[in-house]
Amino acid sequence: MELAEFDHHADIPGTTIFDGRMAMKGYALNKMCYSFNAAEARAEYLRDPEAYFDKFGLNDEQKAACRAKNVLAMIAAGGNIYYLAKFAGIYKLSVQDVGAQQTGVTTEEFKQKLLDAGKK
Amino acid sequence: MARIIGGITTSHIPAVGNAIAQGLFEDPYWKPFFDGYPPVHEWLAKNKPDVVINIYNDHGLGFFLDKMPTFAIGAAHEYRNEDEGWGIPQLPPFPGAPELSWHIIEGMVADEFDITSCQELAVDHGFTVPMQLFWPGLTDNPDMPPAIPISANTVQHPIPTLNRALAFGRSLRRAVLSYPKDLKVVVLGTGGLSHQLDGERAGFINREFDEYCMDKIVTDPDALTKISRMELVEKAGAQGTEFLMWMMMRGALGDKVNLLHSNYHIPISNTGAGTMLLECVD
Ligand SMILES: [Fe+2]
Repeated sequence: MELAEFDHHADIPGTTIFDGRMAMKGYALNKMCYSFNAAEARAEYLRDPEAYFDKFGLNDEQKAACRAKNVLAMIAAGGNIYYLAKFAGIYKLSVQDVGAQQTGVTTEEFKQKLLDAGKK
Repeated sequence: MARIIGGITTSHIPAVGNAIAQGLFEDPYWKPFFDGYPPVHEWLAKNKPDVVINIYNDHGLGFFLDKMPTFAIGAAHEYRNEDEGWGIPQLPPFPGAPELSWHIIEGMVADEFDITSCQELAVDHGFTVPMQLFWPGLTDNPDMPPAIPISANTVQHPIPTLNRALAFGRSLRRAVLSYPKDLKVVVLGTGGLSHQLDGERAGFINREFDEYCMDKIVTDPDALTKISRMELVEKAGAQGTEFLMWMMMRGALGDKVNLLHSNYHIPISNTGAGTMLLECVD
């Protein structure tokens, strides 16, 4: 049987398919972010972020992306948005803030774009 | 014998939980969304289901990538909501219906649908927001029935196909209808519609595709099984794949349904928000 190639490697601009490959790459980063469900973990992270990165075994690319709070870089390093949302929550970033950062606009501009989508 | 009386779909955006907590029902941003719910409340008040099967997708509270079930069914006496990372107000535990849960699990596995059973499952906004929308007041609301959560994986590809989601619902229906007690069951399909949170395409919303899905899911859900998973990502957005929950619900409703109510509004947060009330005919 032939593998349906399209289903594995669709090229959708601006979209990363979070598959097994990405899940393996980002495991440590996502595991750290998953820990942030717990308030104590968030507090421990804020006391010493670098120590917390090491506790979960983040690689240099993941650490740099986290230090910069750069969501696109975190995704490239294997981050999954559902877990990254918990990281964003620590810094009180809304999904609109995160969307604005990734698309290079202000949060107000991003919100306007969403409102405009409703007028079409 | 148990009967499935209908299905209700809704988006389950976390911001809705906050808007409910703040009572923003008449706020101009929120009103077009909340106006979609009174017809559902009336129907629920009239029909008073005994059990709700809440089909949602976990977003990284109940499950992590260490073990990721494709289809998981709750089999607990109660389900707790927990902190999802941003300190949302804690809700009282939701009573379960474990006897029916195990009947469904037995029935579906005998039907060769292999699922994961959960005696403990923390339920996130995907489960709790719809409960808040449909039964305001939750445990203070005497009409809120015991719940059975069912979660499908949309966190990590490979996610189930639309065809498999519909087949899941049909198998769920067979299992529920074989339950010997007289119970009225309502099935929720929560999540979606189009939205994408991640990547340079964040903020993507697709009204045309959402409206197509809302039309076909009533009259011809099998037509939707022609959509491949990558096509779903492309047209509904990376998180619009939550539409799978709607397909699972639809399968549980039988071949023919009556559309009693429908509402669609863009945007709520980053999402095209859809609400539908479908009554079973058989
Ligand atoms: Fe969701």
